[in-house]
Amino acid sequence: MTAVAPGPAGMMTSEVLPARSAASQDWNDILKWGAIGAASIAFLALTGMLVVLDPRPVISGALSLGYVAMIWVPLVLGYTTTKQVVLEGMARNEQGAADVVRGALIGALTGAGMSILAVLVNAFDLRDPLVNWSPELLAKLGFDRGLGFGVIAWIVLGAVLGALGASLHLMPARIAKTLGIVVGTILFVSIFEAFLDDLLEGFGLTFLTDFLYASRGGLTIVSTIVLGIAAALFGMFGSGKSAGLTAKLDAMEAPQRKNANMLIWAAGLAALVLLPIFTGKITNELLANVGIFLLLALGLNIVVGLAGILDLGYVAFFAVGGYTVAILTSPNSPGFSPGLPWWVALIVTVFMAVLAGLLIGAPVIRMRGDYLAIVTLGFGEIIRLLALSDWLKGWFGGAQGITNIPPADFGLFEVKGTDPRSVYYLTLFFVLVAIYVSWRLEGSRLGRAWMAVREDESVAEAMGINTVNIKLAAFVVGAVLASFGGAILSAKVGSIFPTSFLILVSVIILVVVIVGGMGNIAGVIAGSVVLIGVLGGPKQPGLLQEFSTFKLLIYGALLVWMMLKRPEGLIPNARRTRELHQEEFLQDAWLKGEIDTDDDDVADAVDTVVDAVDGEASTGGAPA
Amino acid sequence: MTDDKPGPLLEFRDINTHYGAVHILKDVNLAIYPGELVCLLGGNASGKSTTLKTLLGMVTPTTGDVVLDGEIVTGQPTSYRVERGITMVPENRRLFKRLSVLENLQLGAYLRNDKDGIAEDLERIYSMFPRVKERLKQQSGTLSGGEQQMVAMGRALMARPRVLLMDEPSMGLAPALVQTNFELIQQIHESGVAIFMVEQNANMALSIADRGWVLQTGKVVLDDTADALMQNPDLRASYLGDAASH
Repeated sequence: MTAVAPGPAGMMTSEVLPARSAASQDWNDILKWGAIGAASIAFLALTGMLVVLDPRPVISGALSLGYVAMIWVPLVLGYTTTKQVVLEGMARNEQGAADVVRGALIGALTGAGMSILAVLVNAFDLRDPLVNWSPELLAKLGFDRGLGFGVIAWIVLGAVLGALGASLHLMPARIAKTLGIVVGTILFVSIFEAFLDDLLEGFGLTFLTDFLYASRGGLTIVSTIVLGIAAALFGMFGSGKSAGLTAKLDAMEAPQRKNANMLIWAAGLAALVLLPIFTGKITNELLANVGIFLLLALGLNIVVGLAGILDLGYVAFFAVGGYTVAILTSPNSPGFSPGLPWWVALIVTVFMAVLAGLLIGAPVIRMRGDYLAIVTLGFGEIIRLLALSDWLKGWFGGAQGITNIPPADFGLFEVKGTDPRSVYYLTLFFVLVAIYVSWRLEGSRLGRAWMAVREDESVAEAMGINTVNIKLAAFVVGAVLASFGGAILSAKVGSIFPTSFLILVSVIILVVVIVGGMGNIAGVIAGSVVLIGVLGGPKQPGLLQEFSTFKLLIYGALLVWMMLKRPEGLIPNARRTRELHQEEFLQDAWLKGEIDTDDDDVADAVDTVVDAVDGEASTGGAPA
Repeated sequence: MTDDKPGPLLEFRDINTHYGAVHILKDVNLAIYPGELVCLLGGNASGKSTTLKTLLGMVTPTTGDVVLDGEIVTGQPTSYRVERGITMVPENRRLFKRLSVLENLQLGAYLRNDKDGIAEDLERIYSMFPRVKERLKQQSGTLSGGEQQMVAMGRALMARPRVLLMDEPSMGLAPALVQTNFELIQQIHESGVAIFMVEQNANMALSIADRGWVLQTGKVVLDDTADALMQNPDLRASYLGDAASH
């Protein structure tokens, strides 16, 4: 009757008891999660997502993005609330009908949140404080078929999705995974329609576009089915190959591994150079935006990630770059317009950035922690307000900004906003420079001094490190990289306004660095691609254009979720992971029987585990 | 001081320091001679840490001078003093926890440019602490307390100090390790480095020290050889009796 089940890594054992009966439930817990689900889904509906995203079909005539943005709640909740925690040495019940019932009930309660919302919207008018409390919302809450239908349908839909989420635990792993791949593929292909359309056109595969997408957007029913079958076949038979490849990479010896890593980087670089030739304007524009923000994020990563200076006014240096180039190149510059070529202006920009870094840095650097963050925040705003002021209007043009900035002319080619491909290549060049600089600095004496200051400023000082100079250096390097971003922006957009440099820019770059993985170049790249590329920058649209109204909501939610679940970022710095998950490593090592109680062995086991994790991290693309 | 002794390596001349208006060190005079092992005893808030900070230049005295090998260094920054041979092992070791052991050691030699000398000193530290060599790539925060103490000492030695300042070296260490730790200090001392140790564990400190001072609310109240201090009834009453019971 009792079987010993191997745990996730084959190291945990616990006794498995037969499944509980469907009626034995923890009712209070179900109520709690149901209430959480109901509140979440009603909140999402009230943000306006349901109504705003409804015109955008996912599957033409069957499912709209608005509903997709709602119905994931019961599904995910059904899955997560029935997930079983396997505890070493503790008996557990086999999962079964009881879990499905639990998932269905929680899902139903979640759906009921929408039903209650529908009834309330019908009965009261709260449109004054809640702008989305509208007849349109009521219509969508009733699936366009009336209140009564909606009230019942949400509960049923919630229950079905909750049960489905829960039953994922009961299926064989392969089937559950395949289901995930099918849903993921359909959503991906549908939501990224504009991008894929652009890409397919570049490769001359327009017939595929015609087949996949309905004329008014979204997948057709037929293409959904075909895509689903293809994904299912891949999920059943094709997947697992990539895992084999990473395993192979992990198994390599150090020099071999280094070569493999070089190869991966070279291939990635070649793709980055060649890709824009095939892609259209929209994609290239997007890539250029990702590049500009990546440049900024790499700079901020040096300041925050390496030197540990929480600079919230980083946008100031972006503005310095933008305005310097604008003034020096534009014939419309109000005060002083030498009309210099872009690259000459760039050289001046570097000097201006260094100067700004020193000027802003000098008073700020003597502060620590929270105070420093607040003061930098102030300086970020001061620069923008100076540009906006009447006092300096004769130089910066006030709110009208500086317009008519000429393209960056390199003789052989011009970089201008109407040709996003050229902007992309210019940005790529600077990004590569920034990556190289960051990478070299990390391993240098200066990099070590930055890290020492970050770790313990007083001790660093006692080691003879001139902490003030070192921190100023970080500020200046960061400032120069940001000013490059501003210089590119000037040439790209052709005009510069104070509103291009809102405090929001600083915040978003910081979020990119944190979500990507602080102190890690690969992480920062991942962060920019995911956040700027997919969600969009402060003013720049991303792949999820439909969600642009909710961009900041998603940014915030993502940041909170990351801080709770993955504080080391998407692609963590091996160092930081160690710190944040040290205890887990120790426990794992102990469970694997690699540790005795002896002190020495603990350290050795940590070594082994940490090495393994290093390996994982570097397959993620970190430079060896 | 007698004539046959060389001049002091490190000296406090009538030092007074203030934090704001509060008078911390009051006319303190100290002298550490080359190759000596001396200790400064004192309770909480007696001014021990301020003494160390003033020696390193992290606190500027209101009046009086810090003299290093005959040169007045009162107004000089910490880096100047570190370059000329004063190094500190901070209280609680305070390694750069997220950096590797090797990086910690390299940071100790931050101000040095002689690559060969640094490599030589690394080897010297490996032979002194073989355990450290085994852990070079490990994140220093994951080491055991005793190993961290070795790295902290190694890090300080990487600066090739002439005077090593040690802030409460036995603090936060398991009782069994305290003894080992003092043996290490003696070992370093025997290699020719003068040691200025600030301690609360008076019994242990005086057992290895040549001389000692007792600081009370910023004033030096006792200044004698370690043996004499051990016999001093006042000190025995206030420190040793207490320390012995621990």
